[in-house]
Amino acid sequence: MPVHYRSLTVAALSVQPGRVPTLTGIGGIGELSMTFSPELEARFERLLKNYPAGKQRSAVVPMLLYAQDELGSVTPELVSEVARRTGITPLQVKEVVTYYSMLHEKPLGKHHIQICTNISCMLLGGGELWEHACRKLGIGNKEVTADGQFSLEEVECIGACSWAPALQVNYDFHHEMTPEKLDRLIDALRKTQ
Amino acid sequence: MPYNQPSPLEVRVLTRRFGLPDSQSLDTYLANGGFVAFRRALAMKPEEIVEELKASNLRGRGGAGFPTGMKWGFVPRNSPKPKYVVVNADESEPGTCKDRLLIENDPHQLLEGMLIAGLVVDAHAGYVYIRGEYRYLIGILDRAIEEARARGYLGKNILGSGFDFDAYTHTGAGAYECGEESALLESLEGKRGVPRIRPPFPAVAGLYQCPTVLNNVESYCAAPAILRDGAKAFSDLGTPRNGGTRLFCLSGHVNKPGVYELPMGFNLLRMIDEVGGGVRGGKKLKAVIPGGSSCPVLKADECDIAMDFDSLAKAKSMLGSGGVVVMDEDTCMVKAAVRIMKFYAHESCGWCIPCREGTLWLKKILMRVHEGGGFASDVPLIGEIARNMLGRTFCPLGDAAAMPTIAFVEKFRDEFEAHLDGRCPAESKRASA
Repeated sequence: MPVHYRSLTVAALSVQPGRVPTLTGIGGIGELSMTFSPELEARFERLLKNYPAGKQRSAVVPMLLYAQDELGSVTPELVSEVARRTGITPLQVKEVVTYYSMLHEKPLGKHHIQICTNISCMLLGGGELWEHACRKLGIGNKEVTADGQFSLEEVECIGACSWAPALQVNYDFHHEMTPEKLDRLIDALRKTQ
Repeated sequence: MPYNQPSPLEVRVLTRRFGLPDSQSLDTYLANGGFVAFRRALAMKPEEIVEELKASNLRGRGGAGFPTGMKWGFVPRNSPKPKYVVVNADESEPGTCKDRLLIENDPHQLLEGMLIAGLVVDAHAGYVYIRGEYRYLIGILDRAIEEARARGYLGKNILGSGFDFDAYTHTGAGAYECGEESALLESLEGKRGVPRIRPPFPAVAGLYQCPTVLNNVESYCAAPAILRDGAKAFSDLGTPRNGGTRLFCLSGHVNKPGVYELPMGFNLLRMIDEVGGGVRGGKKLKAVIPGGSSCPVLKADECDIAMDFDSLAKAKSMLGSGGVVVMDEDTCMVKAAVRIMKFYAHESCGWCIPCREGTLWLKKILMRVHEGGGFASDVPLIGEIARNMLGRTFCPLGDAAAMPTIAFVEKFRDEFEAHLDGRCPAESKRASA
């Protein structure tokens, strides 16, 4: 049975057009800073207090991921902003961005469908599910549909092995999937526009 | 609620509160044996708690099986530096999906385990490193932390004891390597998750180079049960030197896949037949990966085995992280080996050359063998490359990729050789059925 958890909300970019800092490549540090939604600002404030004084660099990965949820991708402006708030250089943030597979520098679809094809899912049809999704949406790995609604990613084990084959749409788990269930899911997501 | 029906053969110690109404709440936790252990621990000396853990024969549930009590005993509690408790909830070993349930269904049990560890090593802060894909767990655990803090079970002067401790969640962002303890610490410090050279071990120089106790979710969750019911009761559940129960994640070709809490040493064939309802479609068992994808595969005739650390080590495999992947007679073992190696090649952090290059070359060679374009020399070459990776990397990822590959080739060599001739024995078997 598919299990739904809190949906990821990709809110509109809350940076005011006039306030976007002018950057000279990744190494540049803008004079002006970015602002985020009040919820995200509050989350950042709590987050930075979770680590001992002087260890705010620890917040880099969580800040990037939570901000990506709001902005849709990790932008150069975000990299500089996280660097500014954690007291490290933009390059040090950038090297983190390129390491973690969930951090994306290009925007994903509104509904990012991540299909596991690792061993437990493979044994129960994860590969077929993946091929079905590619055909249905007409896109390949890490591609986005023309309308920006869907993106696809073939992912490694997502920790749903006993309820395979499994996938995630943004952060929501869907267990024991079949091509038919996937069709219904995609149709339902299409209607949520 | 768990996602699969429980089995009557389960012995529910860590999962005892799963399925109770409002099992995430502190009230449900307190009404069902919660914080009995911590109150007991407050009256004990740290050394006594460590002795109790050692006597329980609890061994690390993340995969390596190192005695937890001994690990906690290594932390120099008198160090002038701050000490930290870190929980590894980066569960990403293919085949493993248990830590997710422990946090989802009973977050306060984990918090109590962290508090006990905090008492032992004199730490005042604990971090739960949760893989990025498990976002929903952050909400659940943050709410539990808030509730515990509001009711005096976290924060300053906990339960009037004078002991201060706070817990925090920390999200990862997609990297298997961060499940390795030293890479996890790097990631928690806001860096790329690459491993550190050891020694020094985290017990001495862990988070921010301070003494750190670092264990898997399930290991911390076992601590309250041990102090509540006694080391002997816990130890007696399992086999010698393998105390307690284990959450086994049964997946693959079984009728009733699921996560089941069973005593350590539970027979693997019995697990498949009686807990998992047997192999799907009445087919024959071909092989089992007994503890997550890093563990060398067992052939069907090797599966009459007690599922504990020592028995599996004796069979040249590992109990690992509890991911039991069952494969029926129609499974192509070359395909399985390719898929597993694709994973390790993707997840190798690139820090050590034998792992970075070895996994990529093994992936390429395995793929061409699988697709029928391999050379006769490829089968021995796979073994040779894999053996050259063993023990030559900073962290165990290189070994984790090499060991199962060696076992696949050794145990199913005929299938690899058939693929060289453009035949897949599993496929032709399926076609003729």
